[in-house]
Amino acid sequence: MSEPRKLLSGATGDWEVVIGLEVHAQVLSKSKLFSGASAEYGAGPNENVSLVDAAMPGMLPVINGYCVEQAVKTGLGLNAKINLWSRFDRKNYFYPDLPQGYQISQYKDPIVGEGEVEVELDDGETIRVGIERLHLEQDAGKSIHDLSPKESYVDLNRSGVALMEIVSKPDMRSADEAAAYYSKLRTILRYLGACDGNMEEGSMRADVNVSVRRPGGPFGTRTETKNVNSIRFVKQAVEYEARRQIEVLESGGKIDQETRLFDVATGKTRPMRSKEDAHDYRYFPDPDLLPLELDPAFVERIRLSLPELPDAKKRRFMRDFGLSGYDAAVLAADKDRAAYFEEVAKGRDGKLAANWVTTELFGALNKKGLEIDQSPIKAAALGRLIDLICDGTISGRIAKDVFQIMLEGGGDPATIVAEKGLKQVTDAGAIERAVDEIIAANPRQVEEVKAKPKTFGWFVGQVMKATGGKANPAAVNDILKKKLGID
Amino acid sequence: MGSPTDLTLAELCGALKARKVSAVEATDAYLANIEKATALNAFITVTAEKARDMAKASDARLARGEGGPLEGAPLGIKDLFCTEGILTTAGSHILDGFRPPYESSVTANLWRDGAVMLGKLNMDEFAMGSSNETSFYGPVVNPWRKRGENAKLTPGGSSGGSAASVAAHLCAAATATDTGGSIRQPASLTGTVGVKPTYGRCSRWGIVAFASSLDQAGPIARDVRDAAIMLRSMAGHDRKDSTSVDRPVPDYEAAVGMSVKGLRIGVPREYRVDGMPVEIEKLWAQGVDWLKAAGCEIVEISLPLTKYALPVYYIVAPAEASSNLARYDGVRYGWRSKETTDIRSLYEKSRAEGFGKEVKRRILIGTYVLSAGYYDAYYLRAQKVRKRIFDEFVDAFGKVDLILTPSAPSAAFALGEKANDPVQMYLNDVFTVTANLAGLPGISVPAGLDKDGLPLGLQLLARPFDEETLFRGAAAIEKSAAFKVQPQSWWA
Repeated sequence: MSEPRKLLSGATGDWEVVIGLEVHAQVLSKSKLFSGASAEYGAGPNENVSLVDAAMPGMLPVINGYCVEQAVKTGLGLNAKINLWSRFDRKNYFYPDLPQGYQISQYKDPIVGEGEVEVELDDGETIRVGIERLHLEQDAGKSIHDLSPKESYVDLNRSGVALMEIVSKPDMRSADEAAAYYSKLRTILRYLGACDGNMEEGSMRADVNVSVRRPGGPFGTRTETKNVNSIRFVKQAVEYEARRQIEVLESGGKIDQETRLFDVATGKTRPMRSKEDAHDYRYFPDPDLLPLELDPAFVERIRLSLPELPDAKKRRFMRDFGLSGYDAAVLAADKDRAAYFEEVAKGRDGKLAANWVTTELFGALNKKGLEIDQSPIKAAALGRLIDLICDGTISGRIAKDVFQIMLEGGGDPATIVAEKGLKQVTDAGAIERAVDEIIAANPRQVEEVKAKPKTFGWFVGQVMKATGGKANPAAVNDILKKKLGID
Repeated sequence: MGSPTDLTLAELCGALKARKVSAVEATDAYLANIEKATALNAFITVTAEKARDMAKASDARLARGEGGPLEGAPLGIKDLFCTEGILTTAGSHILDGFRPPYESSVTANLWRDGAVMLGKLNMDEFAMGSSNETSFYGPVVNPWRKRGENAKLTPGGSSGGSAASVAAHLCAAATATDTGGSIRQPASLTGTVGVKPTYGRCSRWGIVAFASSLDQAGPIARDVRDAAIMLRSMAGHDRKDSTSVDRPVPDYEAAVGMSVKGLRIGVPREYRVDGMPVEIEKLWAQGVDWLKAAGCEIVEISLPLTKYALPVYYIVAPAEASSNLARYDGVRYGWRSKETTDIRSLYEKSRAEGFGKEVKRRILIGTYVLSAGYYDAYYLRAQKVRKRIFDEFVDAFGKVDLILTPSAPSAAFALGEKANDPVQMYLNDVFTVTANLAGLPGISVPAGLDKDGLPLGLQLLARPFDEETLFRGAAAIEKSAAFKVQPQSWWA
């Protein structure tokens, strides 16, 4: 590791936080990992349950090839090594939402090995986070304890749904870095179409491993906070855990290696089970499944079909549109937003397009709580609005009014400009007449501006007012200066 | 013509096609035999009504000149095969009342070919046992008795119900399964023919799992030809079983009677155990002579790892079983304890009440060998030895085409005789487990009687997917042995 980067100060000195994430991402797939049942979210209880998912006697798992493809695709997207030989193991434990009494997972031989992700932080810094491994496994069902005072219910819809567990190296050093990595991972998964990244539906959740140490010292004992399901909560969990551990250590205590739960309401973590209570999962290779052997040509075919990933897109935006790293990253962070931007920017001034998309459009969508694909202003229309600015038909200020109208009622910018008579006045004669009238009507101000050139702006305002804001601002300036005799 | 139940499966199928006997007649005759044979305790469930319905449908097809290769043939089904809508128990209390909403692939293949189901056959609980004494439904009794004695003998296990019902003519043939010898040992103890096919030859889908990497379905039948006919229908690729192999199923019956001239027969010196009766040793030598006389070349071979096979088996099989049997938790089907207070007691009491002693023993052994700290020493090591046992067979099959051994180290023994000594019981599998560990096909053929008049079998092993050579060799032994003796029907 490099030099200690971000330090937290405690009562007895500085501390470094070390964070690793284990992210469970639900594979985007029509059916489950080892059965043909639907993996769709939102069905009624136990509607998407096959005989295999319910662990009926004599039922056997059969691997879903599409899920394997998704895992390979993700591995490639994480710049990771694809293991051509991998194997499924059984993780044995009893729980009512685990009908087989074991989860099929990959223990010693995962499908994807080491990789690396580039992560941009808000301050513009870029860090690299190592990927330890990615493996495929089954999700469990859901136990429901609050329907009856005496009984628990089980919904097996999720039982057997394919998950990818993506394990990072302990390469993050602050809550912000952890949150940025989690967010970047989500972006990559969504780009690849390997996971929908929908955290409310549980499609992505993180186990957050946190430890603290003195700068440059050996790793401290870590705790694992389970099932943290939003970027904000990842940040909160790290912040809380780091502070808690520092306090424990500084008051002479020691950290127990334990599993903890994150309380969404309080933002705190609390113990779930200690290492001593840890299950002995008795992993062993699942004898119902053959080892998974991938043909290098299969991997190559997936590699060639990979979409442009956010890092490449960011670099292309910087290169082709002259955008800043920050703007390019913001635009590239979401595949659909990036595509929208590209449509707007194509053949136009890239920086101007980026401004309109990131400031005006994203701002407006955020306010309305809309996704990019629900935008009332289509990319082509926004592009035509920018064209009207560039060819001098309207000013930037008028364009904002047109944008508002488009946002509320939709419609073509040129039509709006025509209907509302917003076309910019560039006719020097018309502007001169307005200027003459204002000079004639305000002799006191005319005297004043000669002594105080700062009041020049007042004349500009008056002319704009008189022309309904449609006068070309540059022409107004020139004519006013000439007539008032100032340079 | 006498009773249709006196006919072999091949003869019966011929008679049914020629319409000399109807499927309903044959079925009724078998149902009558079953009714008289309750003393054998071979069936857990008799599906008389379903059998008659299926037989009627078969007769209708036969009348139209249609029908599959087994059209109208009444069969018994080991109660490890899930049968749609019909109680399937695996010989265990824990599957009380379990009626699967699906049909196992192997039985579905049999019904596709026109067979008629007489019922579900008794077996050791979850196929764990070599004497049928671990069944929740009580032991099956061997139709054979020692000459002049009335003591009840075991039919072997775990497919004791299959073997006994074939020997006693309660069905034309039966399905069975073999994890460590559960087809071949009971076949040997009942004077029937039992085939354990190559691992992957028959689908495991819908068969209650014992040890997934070892389990394989196969037939028990009255003679080699019948076994070949049965296997052809049972076998085949199944996409629902990832370990099922996609290879065409040959016409095994065509191999029966083909010359064995020039076949090289390996005789492994390690297949001798302490205390093995001299008669079995003699029978083995006799088998060698028969095959030599039929034109085979006899080759002495050595399989030095044989002595490790049983210990390896009793690590691998319980390990897989401990995990496979975790699903029997009282939550979704089968037995649920009445004394439960919470989820933990529901698990503990349902399993404590639902599983028998031997099953619990194996779950404990399996859990132990997979535990952290023991996994490497037991399970991992056993898997390494298992691989070497396979390699040893590959080497041997470079020199020979078949391997000849005894099927079991003893003839049928008395019920209760070994019930309290698990190690003695486990030794029953000493000659058969190797084939399961290596995934090889094996067959047990009745070859003679011991001094007490009890049947003894010889086993042949072949290369993976070379069941045809297995049937060729077995038919040659069968012909030379001319084993025609039937058990006295004391039960009827």
